[in-house]
Amino acid sequence: MHIIESGNVAAAYGVKLARAQVIAAYPITPQTPLTEKLSEFVEAGEMQAEYIPVESEHSALAVCIAASSAGARTFTATSANGLLYMNEQVHWAAGARLPIVMCVVNRGIGAPWTIWNDHQDSISQRDAGWIQVYACDHQQIIDMVIQAFLLAETVSIPVMVCYDGYLLSHTYMPFDVPEAAAVDRFLPPFKPVYALDPRQPANLNTVTLPDIRPDIRGDLAPGYMEIRHNLHVDLRQAIEIVAEIDERFKDTFGRGGCPHVEPYCCDDADVIAVCLGSLSYQLRDVVDMLRQEGFKAGVCGIRLYRPFPDEAVRDTLAKAKGIVVFEKALSYGNEGALYGDIKSALYRCDCRPFVRNYILGLGGRDIRTADLLAAFRASCTATGYETDVPEWIGLKL
Amino acid sequence: MSAKTTILTLPEEELVHPGHRACAGCGLSILYRFGLKALGRDTILVVPPSCLTVLQGLYPIAATQLPCLNVTFASTAAAATGIIAALKVRGKEDITVAAWAGDGGTSDIGIQALSGACERGDNFIFICYDNEAYMNTGVQRSGTTPQGVITTTTPIHGKPQQKKDMPAIMAAHTISYVATGSAAYPLDVYDKIKKAKTIEGPKYIHLHTPCPPGWGFDTRYTVKVGRLAVETGLFDLYEIEHGVFRLTGASKKLLGKERKPVAAYFETQTRFRALTRARISAIQRQVDEKWAGYEA
Ligand SMILES: Cc1ncc(C[n+]2csc(CCOP(=O)(O)OP(=O)(O)O)c2C)c(N)n1
Ligand code: SF4
Ligand SMILES: [Mg+2]
Repeated sequence: MHIIESGNVAAAYGVKLARAQVIAAYPITPQTPLTEKLSEFVEAGEMQAEYIPVESEHSALAVCIAASSAGARTFTATSANGLLYMNEQVHWAAGARLPIVMCVVNRGIGAPWTIWNDHQDSISQRDAGWIQVYACDHQQIIDMVIQAFLLAETVSIPVMVCYDGYLLSHTYMPFDVPEAAAVDRFLPPFKPVYALDPRQPANLNTVTLPDIRPDIRGDLAPGYMEIRHNLHVDLRQAIEIVAEIDERFKDTFGRGGCPHVEPYCCDDADVIAVCLGSLSYQLRDVVDMLRQEGFKAGVCGIRLYRPFPDEAVRDTLAKAKGIVVFEKALSYGNEGALYGDIKSALYRCDCRPFVRNYILGLGGRDIRTADLLAAFRASCTATGYETDVPEWIGLKL
Repeated sequence: MSAKTTILTLPEEELVHPGHRACAGCGLSILYRFGLKALGRDTILVVPPSCLTVLQGLYPIAATQLPCLNVTFASTAAAATGIIAALKVRGKEDITVAAWAGDGGTSDIGIQALSGACERGDNFIFICYDNEAYMNTGVQRSGTTPQGVITTTTPIHGKPQQKKDMPAIMAAHTISYVATGSAAYPLDVYDKIKKAKTIEGPKYIHLHTPCPPGWGFDTRYTVKVGRLAVETGLFDLYEIEHGVFRLTGASKKLLGKERKPVAAYFETQTRFRALTRARISAIQRQVDEKWAGYEA
């Protein structure tokens, strides 16, 4: 069924169709309409779930961590300072290998206060051990939320579905809401690896020593480092599983095909723009304009950011002469985080393209297509690293 | 009320194994043993970082027979909420959810989540064992450290501030059951936890648990020190059931009787060594006033 609704409502429909059982959230702009919608679904009896109106984001994720440990399918959502407030819990959820799904409705971080969009919030959590995916439009939001539960439960790793605050969360677009029965076939009920149970007592997440240690039967149990190594290995393997789930989704619902990166006009491109989120669709217009001017331009949206799909990135970018990474976040004192990831993915190529880095749109600064066009065009005529890194777009000093 | 449990009617089954990792003479270890007997096997525990984390053992060996979720320091009560919600959606509502946290994990960093869970009315038992400092990290002051106590962060003059009255804060949440207990009276604690199990909604039990290394007394005096805290009228045993306060057990017996002077308690522990005579008198006056209120 096609409806016209906001990105937040698209996410809420995804959560409803996924039959999340325990939802806990704390309000923060621009996430609020999403959790309001979910509480409405639960109160109206349209969803068989417990909605827990917690007193903080730290507790929101605490509820999800505990409910997931006790065998329930769980969901939360937040933005910006809310995500940072739950930071300790974000790491905990991954370390405990809990398949929680969280929407991060991307917003800049204070100080100073901003409520507008950039990516600093989710980027600041990239090393927490979660899977991170970025949606570019409303259809992708609902589709990715549904897939996120299957992915999380397949690999026992939590998943963050990130989408741009306001640009997606508060704009209205048509999208397809899949049939509930089809979603049920795609996503079976959650079967936890272990759920807290008095008949099978276990002491979860207890103090774990630096070295491996025998249990009471003499069998060796992993130490902290083995447990963390396994998380990394399983995250790397998730790259393939993301692709498999995307393929299954496409078979059932007819949408998908770009699980890792979403290239546009990249096959013959000399210069390719790279970015996260809805910006990649805005850049398609810029690519069309540049192509009319005779430049062979392309754009590659990164859909899966953690684990980083470096092979897909190389396959898409390696043949180009230049790469331009547009970013709404910054590793302060260094460069854009995605820029660093792209460079290291390309390092293995024999003939490496040059890579430039533009910072833009921080705290909701308007991203004008004319500015993108000028920066991209300049990169199309550039020959290498001739500028400071990073460069800034739209800065009014 | 049902008959009081005696050492003869206490269940024999042990849910805490010998050889756990608490110090010799640990007041917490006494009450954990009795407490788990009262909670029974159909229980899921939630524990934040504290001495109890260590007591329970290091992976992959556990000292207890009950399932336990170790959680972050501030999140104990919210985690209890999460377990309750999961049990509800999975149709397993006959399981008791019990949180055990130290005084720091309860009255300081954990108070927000605890307050939230109580306001929501979630059905769990929250047990705070109060050893009156952050023991696990090496005896730093906490909100419930009494006035004048030497800790590693009040090393010379003793803590200037008063002890935070955590049970009163919980009672102000108008929850159905608030009670106190002491490691010196474990059967009383057993009965209070048993009673808490029969009451719907949030239940709060605050336990005074003497700590030999943190308080500075010999490991064999745990019960004696715990008793003196009650007999001097410093730590009182009571219940607040549906808003109605009543002294219980050893504290109730003190009504109308002469209590031991507070100095008798302070003398047993090196942590009170910075108390001046004037301060001791002031504390004695406070205790007398509190008891005059009970007796009025
Ligand atoms: C967020 C966070 N801050 C600090 C700590 C360090 N820490 C672990 S246990 C503890 C003290 C616990 O004190 P209390 O709750 O009174 O329990 P006790 O150790 O006295 O039994 C502290 C400060 C932590 N684990 N997490
Ligand atoms: S430090 Fe105190 S509370 Fe902690 S285990 Fe030792 S005796 Fe028990
Ligand atoms: Mg303590």
